[in-house]
Amino acid sequence: MDKFYHSVRLDAELCKGCINCIKRCPTEAIRVRGGKAQINSKFCIDCGECIRVCPHHAKHAVYDKLEAMKQYQYTVALPAPTLYSQFNNLDDVNIVLNALLLMGFDDVFEVSAAAEMVSEATREYLESHRESLPVISTACPSVVRLIRVRFPNLIPHMLPLNPPVEVAAALAAKHAVEKTGLPRNQIGIFFISPCPSKVTYAKAPLGTEKSQVDRVLAIKDVYPKLLSRMKAVRDDCQDIGKAGKIGISWGRSGGEASGLFTENYLAADGIENVIRVLEDLEDQKFTNLKFVELNACPGGCVGGVLTVENPYVAEVKLNRLRKYLPVTRSHVEEEGQQVIPWTTGVQYEPVFRLGNTMMESFSRLNQVERLCKKLPGLDCGSCGAPTCKALAEDIVRGEAVETDCVYNLRENLHKLSEEVAVLAGDLSGRDRNGSGEETVKLLKDYIQRISEEMAVLDNREDEEE
Amino acid sequence: MEDAIVLSYAISGEDFTRAGEASSDVKKKLKQMGVSPEAVRKVAIAMYEGEINMVIHANGGEITVTITPEEICMVLDDVGPGIPDVDLAMQAGYSTAPDEIRSLGFGAGMGLPNMKKYTDSMEIDTRIGEGTKITMVVKI
Repeated sequence: MDKFYHSVRLDAELCKGCINCIKRCPTEAIRVRGGKAQINSKFCIDCGECIRVCPHHAKHAVYDKLEAMKQYQYTVALPAPTLYSQFNNLDDVNIVLNALLLMGFDDVFEVSAAAEMVSEATREYLESHRESLPVISTACPSVVRLIRVRFPNLIPHMLPLNPPVEVAAALAAKHAVEKTGLPRNQIGIFFISPCPSKVTYAKAPLGTEKSQVDRVLAIKDVYPKLLSRMKAVRDDCQDIGKAGKIGISWGRSGGEASGLFTENYLAADGIENVIRVLEDLEDQKFTNLKFVELNACPGGCVGGVLTVENPYVAEVKLNRLRKYLPVTRSHVEEEGQQVIPWTTGVQYEPVFRLGNTMMESFSRLNQVERLCKKLPGLDCGSCGAPTCKALAEDIVRGEAVETDCVYNLRENLHKLSEEVAVLAGDLSGRDRNGSGEETVKLLKDYIQRISEEMAVLDNREDEEE
Repeated sequence: MEDAIVLSYAISGEDFTRAGEASSDVKKKLKQMGVSPEAVRKVAIAMYEGEINMVIHANGGEITVTITPEEICMVLDDVGPGIPDVDLAMQAGYSTAPDEIRSLGFGAGMGLPNMKKYTDSMEIDTRIGEGTKITMVVKI
């Protein structure tokens, strides 16, 4: 699988070419070219911000449809803890879990149960790897991708453990094979996800060669199907919940860290805040910090773009649900130990480098500095790049030209029209003497140049059509 | 031979909210240039420490960063009170930062020692009552 695989895509039909997404993309991965947004796959980290802000719903996430369940002889649902936070007055996760069985899944394995194992393994890792402190959470795939392209110095601080979804998938697949005797490819492991980032993870995971998650469904697709089935679940339903407070809490920001029994942690959510924390971590601004939990979505996973409930309301519901649960109900044990640690490392991908060699990059950086001084510095986005600096970088990379800046173009036109006015004045003065022929010729030249400049604008509009 | 890249930053005094902006900007540019992560880290740490020192002790000043393909040179120039005893200031843990600064988590007495530790060379030119000029170089 392509190491820059993405689940966040553009629907060109719906895109109007406005600047909302380019301004909000945290890695400046989007440009409007030819009237349509384009996502640079090397810069994109699948955080879903553009899906959140696009007023025309032209950005979407690719994920599997419910029909995919029919392709397997045996299916296991892996509900994210966030799923529980979507329902009103839910006081027992068993209602959701049994409703998943009524929906047609043959079994369920809670991601929150696997999360408790990861919490336990993290506590051990923190104790035995003091040289790696502060350790940075790797549960949010967008954060891992961000560190991979932008914070090489922090790669050694990443927690080298699989995210709960992977641990859940590996164990669920193992149990299903043992229970049914079916070949692995007849068993479908379905993650019910709050975000597109996890779709990307399942297709092109970091830290492990191949994910055991076969399909990823969106919480918003499963939600309506569950509602009716939850009403059908009886009071004496099977008790299949295996997670306690710690596992359920992973659904919101601070939840993962709270399972580590240390006060020396930091939890940041929302991609912009995450970037600020990573910048500060890189400058070694924090001391005595053991753990850093980072979630790209506001509020944590409850803020994912594939959810239905307001993230802050969802957090309240999650807190209410965990209230009566024991602290923890799942432990690592032997089979957990085999599937929790990462099996591959994460390599730095210097995608923001301006050139192929250091000399080329240096020379291009120099050009960017010079160009930035010439550009208006308004960051208006009309050229299709989010900032003047981003346009300058595009120009030196050969992906844009200076006349893409509408202010530069406007200034040229102003200059020309002023000169025309001067000439016209000159002409009316000379007419009385009857020798304005040369001036008329000059005037014609100027008008020609103005139409040429206008043609640049027209061309751009043609392209957009 | 291509010109060096010269970046200038005005550091405003007693404004902690903006401290670190200059070092972040330099860091971003060095990454775009493809400088090794280790060198980026050294520059970021040394420059941030210097920036904070200028905010705490010298009511701001100016930082000039000169980048060539061989090295990054940072000149931190302020018109602060000067450093009375440079040897003492270079000792780890020695600090003259007032309590209100320490309460913000700064002033641990590691500023100058860290700047020296993370750079390949550091020169301090200080005059009491006139100001301090620190020149730090990180080789690429």
